[in-house]
Amino acid sequence: MSEHTVSAYDQELTEMAGKVAEMGGLAEKAFADAVSALISQDIELANATVAQDARLDQIYQDVEVKLIELIARRQPMGQDLREITAATRIANDLERVGDLAKNVAKRVIAIDSDLQSKKLAIGVEHMTELALSQLKQVLDAYARKDAEVARHVQEADAEIDALYTSIFRELLTYMMEDPRVITQCVHLLFCAKNIERIGDHATNIAENVFYMVTGDRLPEDRKKFDETMAEH
Amino acid sequence: MNEMPNIEQATSMTQSKISASKVQVYYGDNQAIKDVDIEIQPRTVTAFIGPSGCGKSTFLRTLNRMNDTIDVCRVEGSIKIDGENIYDPKVDPVQLRAKVGMVFQKPNPFPKSIYDNIAYGPKIHGLSRSKSELDDIVASSLQKAGLWEEVKNRLDEPGTGMSGGQQQRLCIARAIAVSPEVILMDEPCSALDPIATAKVEELIDELRENYTIVIVTHSMQQAARVSQRTAFFHLGVLVEEGKTQDIFTNPQDKRTQDYITGRFG
Repeated sequence: MSEHTVSAYDQELTEMAGKVAEMGGLAEKAFADAVSALISQDIELANATVAQDARLDQIYQDVEVKLIELIARRQPMGQDLREITAATRIANDLERVGDLAKNVAKRVIAIDSDLQSKKLAIGVEHMTELALSQLKQVLDAYARKDAEVARHVQEADAEIDALYTSIFRELLTYMMEDPRVITQCVHLLFCAKNIERIGDHATNIAENVFYMVTGDRLPEDRKKFDETMAEH
Repeated sequence: MNEMPNIEQATSMTQSKISASKVQVYYGDNQAIKDVDIEIQPRTVTAFIGPSGCGKSTFLRTLNRMNDTIDVCRVEGSIKIDGENIYDPKVDPVQLRAKVGMVFQKPNPFPKSIYDNIAYGPKIHGLSRSKSELDDIVASSLQKAGLWEEVKNRLDEPGTGMSGGQQQRLCIARAIAVSPEVILMDEPCSALDPIATAKVEELIDELRENYTIVIVTHSMQQAARVSQRTAFFHLGVLVEEGKTQDIFTNPQDKRTQDYITGRFG
């Protein structure tokens, strides 16, 4: 797209997208670190991850102020309006991803013992890989304004939901077999749920990227694979 | 995506208040408007936007034959209001302009009293049979224009002594007084401060219930605030016309996009 007549406006938009991308990088790292601390029971890494979240919150607040200022000063229209709205929502999703990662890290500290089952760790790791790849792809799609990748990310979320369902069932079996592992399993269950929700945030971001680029909404009728709800 | 507005237009064709097709306007050898087709819906505010010199005001003025007053100006094509061709030789332009009223950029009250400013139109068009009927028209026009409370005790004072915003609303009241069906507004707020602008915009929104309004504006925010449909003109061509919300959030044409986002070179 050609440049604005007022060149400062272009700079402000670029700066805004840069900040959101920076948030993306931090959220991605916090998530990866939290899960790796969980798998290896690395309390030090978990503590560092909890501490890092303040930085993400700080950028989020800066971005929010910048976005409100942009709207007030430039009265954005068309593509610019969609970019600014999308950035607001995406920043919000990334801040939540940071919170969920922090919550996983806190649970690592709370569990403070080796994981009961290697198989379970593999399940959580696999789920994390999927969610991380979704997050990476959608942040790329945001940076490159790629609607097709965004659509693909939205569709792929079903896989994470399916994995979450299987981990949920597995944890349930462990808890029935041996009540002494209930505390650990509940923490793990929350961790898995957090990861699943990070996947949902990646989907939200995908929908916003799609809207930002095309001006249309992605259809929301994708299949729900999280079957745990029916069992409660 | 581009097909959508056309289907919408086609289905509502029968209800159009104004129907223009293949309109060309020339000033001497210079073509100012090229091949404009547009359907304007009744009881709707339609905004014309576009850069200076794009033809939006010229096109607006074809809708009540204001261009007739310019010797070198020539209009071709067809413009129908309620199915009637307004360029038919049998149409009396004075009658037409009573039906299609106009408000201009700069408030232009007559150098007469507030009362006479409103009463002048109904008098020459023979719309009242008695003084009391004329009084009623003056009062109701001022009420519809949201000006009554401010001026009811000084109707004999000169209209030119009012503030700019009041003068503009007086001009709107004057247009309403002859019971028009369509009101054309050519940048009605460009000489007004933000509060007076807000009052006129509020008025436009109220008038929409009874009148078809076409407004030319340089302020895109104003077009977004007051109109339901927006038409974008560029170099004498109607580039894109559609629901206001679509034009401002997701315009289909690159030229519209560049203009509304402030990217025009």
